[in-house]
Amino acid sequence: MAEELRLPISADVDVVEARQQGRALAAVAGFSSGEQTVIAAAISEIARNILMYAKKGEIFLTLATNGDRQGVVVVAKDQGPGIPDIERAMQYGYSTSHGVGAGLPGAKRLMDEFNVDSVVGQGTTITMKKWRRIV
Amino acid sequence: MDTKKSTSVSTTRPAEPPVLSESAAGLLRELVAHLRQNRTQLREEWARRITRAELLTAMTEEEIFAEATAVYDNYVEALETGTFEALQAYSRRLSERIIPRGVETDEVVGIVLLLRDVLARSLFTKYQDNVDKLNRILDSYEPAANRIANTVAVGFVEERERIIRQQQDAIRELSTPVLQVRERLLILPIIGVIDPQRARQLTEQLLRAIRANRAKVVVIDVTGVAAMDSGVANHLVQTVEASRLLGATVIVTGLSPEIAQTLVTIGVDLSEMATVGDLQGGIEEAERLLADRAIPSPQRETSPDNQR
Amino acid sequence: MEVPILRQGQYLIASIQSALTDADLSHLREALIAQVGRSRCRGVIVDVTALDVMDSFAVRTLRDIAHMARLRGAETVIVGIQPDVAFAMVQLGLTLKGVATVLDLEEGLAFLNRRGEERLLETKPKRSSDRG
Repeated sequence: MAEELRLPISADVDVVEARQQGRALAAVAGFSSGEQTVIAAAISEIARNILMYAKKGEIFLTLATNGDRQGVVVVAKDQGPGIPDIERAMQYGYSTSHGVGAGLPGAKRLMDEFNVDSVVGQGTTITMKKWRRIV
Repeated sequence: MDTKKSTSVSTTRPAEPPVLSESAAGLLRELVAHLRQNRTQLREEWARRITRAELLTAMTEEEIFAEATAVYDNYVEALETGTFEALQAYSRRLSERIIPRGVETDEVVGIVLLLRDVLARSLFTKYQDNVDKLNRILDSYEPAANRIANTVAVGFVEERERIIRQQQDAIRELSTPVLQVRERLLILPIIGVIDPQRARQLTEQLLRAIRANRAKVVVIDVTGVAAMDSGVANHLVQTVEASRLLGATVIVTGLSPEIAQTLVTIGVDLSEMATVGDLQGGIEEAERLLADRAIPSPQRETSPDNQR
Repeated sequence: MEVPILRQGQYLIASIQSALTDADLSHLREALIAQVGRSRCRGVIVDVTALDVMDSFAVRTLRDIAHMARLRGAETVIVGIQPDVAFAMVQLGLTLKGVATVLDLEEGLAFLNRRGEERLLETKPKRSSDRG
């Protein structure tokens, strides 16, 4: 159906590329400038996560339609060490007392849907989506 | 193959297609074939009844005929395939065309029901000698026909709602709730019920206004807000923090005890948030801050930082 | 991507021109720290007007810069955070607490000047003829 954009992540220039492509796709989907920034920020966080923990991976960007909503789907895949305790990983950085958390819990806060699939020793797949009403 | 030339449908029976198996699927196929064969006169009959019922008065006869053809074909196709996505999509497109012409919901529902009736009557006529078969055909026809009427009506209503939302959004964008009282001072009065989308819009408008007006102080007045759930309260906190990032100090006024409680519940340290009882007091405090030139530096740590 | 760092009196001004990678941000931090250490610098301005996203790494780096600069007696102020960027930051939970943020370069210089005055007053011995 919709075309998928595949972005390899193996260096920190790729993080910049991924978030810029994410912003562009969000613009095509009709998101406001503010929401484009939000989507770009979420992509930046998970792309950096790939670099930090798995050294390399991929991010796939697609447009999607669901009834009267249109949106952006971001899938981040790596064959890294995996996340042993997903719940704990999602809690770290939740409190804003330090203000420099972000990472997975940060990205989750920015997006409408957020799903983490991870197997220790095999890798991690993160799927996140943001929707807007087609008005 | 349409062998009939006459335009009247009530007394002449059309040529019968070969009899298929009596399974429901077979009956449905037979029904669809009948509707296709007699497309011309059934469609004309329907158009006549639309005019007689004084529906779609906003449209000319040619327009009605053109749309009637498309509706009829979509109708029969929905019956045939049993799927309604194409019909739904068509219904929304049709609604998009006719709503600006002033066509009302009751008219759209009315014409679809008329079509259902016209087709049903033709079935009565065709199978009048075989009541048993007629009943079986109707068993196939009725649920499908009702679903079609439903689909078209819902498509129309959804399209209307979409247009209304669009208009409301346009009005909201035009009406800027942020007021510039004097140089460097903005007031944002919030009134009524705030849904998440409206909250986001208000924040975006406020931040843009801060930048455009180079505001140093913003007074957000929530006197007019009856209640605030934790989501909106959280949003208020985010707005205060985002304003700080743009160099503006925020004073929140009109906090009711209930809203103050909600803020505390979500973990806000009220001693960190500048609050004043009412809007007037808030404006006076803002003027004091501006005159002072010693506006507390945004984000300054409270611990002494001049240890050398 | 090298970020130009200008000197204006006792202040350093780093103007970010375009999107920066994490490595670029780290280089900027090192460059600023080195320059603050070398000269008698009283203030650092980092202009982020051109940044279309500020994520956790960017915020961490800016906080590091402010912290290191403070240790060397210089005040840091971040200027030019865009409205959309500020909104995304707070939704991410990044607050830049402890670092001064103002609207633009003009405000940034005014801020540093004020801070300079305040610190001067703080270190002066109290006199009854002091104006408030």
